[in-house]
Amino acid sequence: MSKMKITIGGINKEAGSSKEYKTGSWRTMKPEVDIEKCIQCLKCLDYCPDGAVTKTEDAIEFDLDYCKGCGICERECPVDAIVMIEEEK
Amino acid sequence: MGEQKGMTIQGNMATALGAKLCDPDVVPAYPITPSTLFPEKISEYIADGELDAEMIRVESEHSAMSACIGASASGARTCTASASQGIALMHEMLFIAAGMRLPIVMAVGNRALSAPINIWADHQDSVSSRDSGWMQFYAEKNQEGLDLMILAFRIAEDERVLLPAMVGIDGFVLTHTVEGVQVPAKEDVDDFLPPYDPPHGKLDPENPMTFGSLGTPDFYQELKYDQTEALENAPEVIDEIFDEFEEEFGREYNRITPYKCDDADIILLTMGSMSGTARAAVDEMREEGEKVGLAKMTVFRPFPGDLLKEIAGDADGLAVVDRNISPGFGGAMFAESAGTFINESKSPLMKNFIVGLGGREIFKENFKEMYEKTKEAVEAGEVEKPVEWINMNEDVMR
Repeated sequence: MSKMKITIGGINKEAGSSKEYKTGSWRTMKPEVDIEKCIQCLKCLDYCPDGAVTKTEDAIEFDLDYCKGCGICERECPVDAIVMIEEEK
Repeated sequence: MGEQKGMTIQGNMATALGAKLCDPDVVPAYPITPSTLFPEKISEYIADGELDAEMIRVESEHSAMSACIGASASGARTCTASASQGIALMHEMLFIAAGMRLPIVMAVGNRALSAPINIWADHQDSVSSRDSGWMQFYAEKNQEGLDLMILAFRIAEDERVLLPAMVGIDGFVLTHTVEGVQVPAKEDVDDFLPPYDPPHGKLDPENPMTFGSLGTPDFYQELKYDQTEALENAPEVIDEIFDEFEEEFGREYNRITPYKCDDADIILLTMGSMSGTARAAVDEMREEGEKVGLAKMTVFRPFPGDLLKEIAGDADGLAVVDRNISPGFGGAMFAESAGTFINESKSPLMKNFIVGLGGREIFKENFKEMYEKTKEAVEAGEVEKPVEWINMNEDVMR
């Protein structure tokens, strides 16, 4: 449960506050990348429906605060560098 | 205090004039019989320079209420008018207006719902939206239509309430009927109704905020509770503002107004324009020695159960007269009146009478018949048939 308080009419008085709302908790599977295999083609970054992939120096990384575990990145990766594994909670 | 001006006008003009005195900023509306004259008058006031407001001509009632929601969220005093199918079409948006706590005021020309298509007086349209979270006021005459518009804005915008409100005037019986009204002076309405300054937030590009965002299962129930509590706390505010209005303008309003109820054995509970006919019937029956009274409900939402208990708690019989029908049970006012007494050790026997659907006339004789039927039940000590339809045209029944 969140520590946020309700307001009259559910008005959200802070702009851009959705950043505070971590939606990755819905996930049951999470992606993992093998940085040895990754060729940084960035198909995963383009296809991610949630903008949860960013480019790093050597490969890519996932923002697990927002990743829903849909597995599109795994399916699109041309070198099979991404695998979906079961989320442990 | 300025003098009130006498005018002889139709009901729609009374509600439009009431709205005009409140200086609405935005009026989105889609005309529909029998409330069409309301947007016509507003547009005329704007064209004549008598009212400085933005009128939005929309493509449907759904859009009308959507535009009301956007306007009100920006802090504009907003009103509209509708009826029947129009209210049915904006049903989705009614819940949103209430849930977002926007004090929009809607003048309703109460009319039957299709099928069969019918343009005449009936409370089904607004009664069917009673779960939307709006306050609902019903007028007996054009004067009440005018006054209730002013009262509705004041109550809706009160920071203890912040909920939308409907003001119902019966289709044709009031909307198109010319009656004398006293019109308060503009400066007195200005004193009574301060400018709307939303205390809970408003849409403003300088200070961005979000209205109508997602309410996940973590928050939805709490938000609904908060909204429901605001409506349930409204009676205190309504009573206070009704009293203030009476002091300022000399006309008395109550959530339920009793008439000759003190020593009454049987009480008729009515809503809307039929109340005048019922009062005349009560007077005639009183002359014949019958101990009968009338309770006129002006506020249907929040339901005035506390007052109903006070007024009818000691009576032997309560005849609940509904100009609506919830098929499969009975009238809405009956269901709620019955619910009001459910945990009371003493309750009047109740009968429900369905009357006046689709503009069917309601005569004094009909009220006398309802009284007699309720009296019979009281004398027998049981209610054999709780729901009865009155003034049926048996000749056309198949």
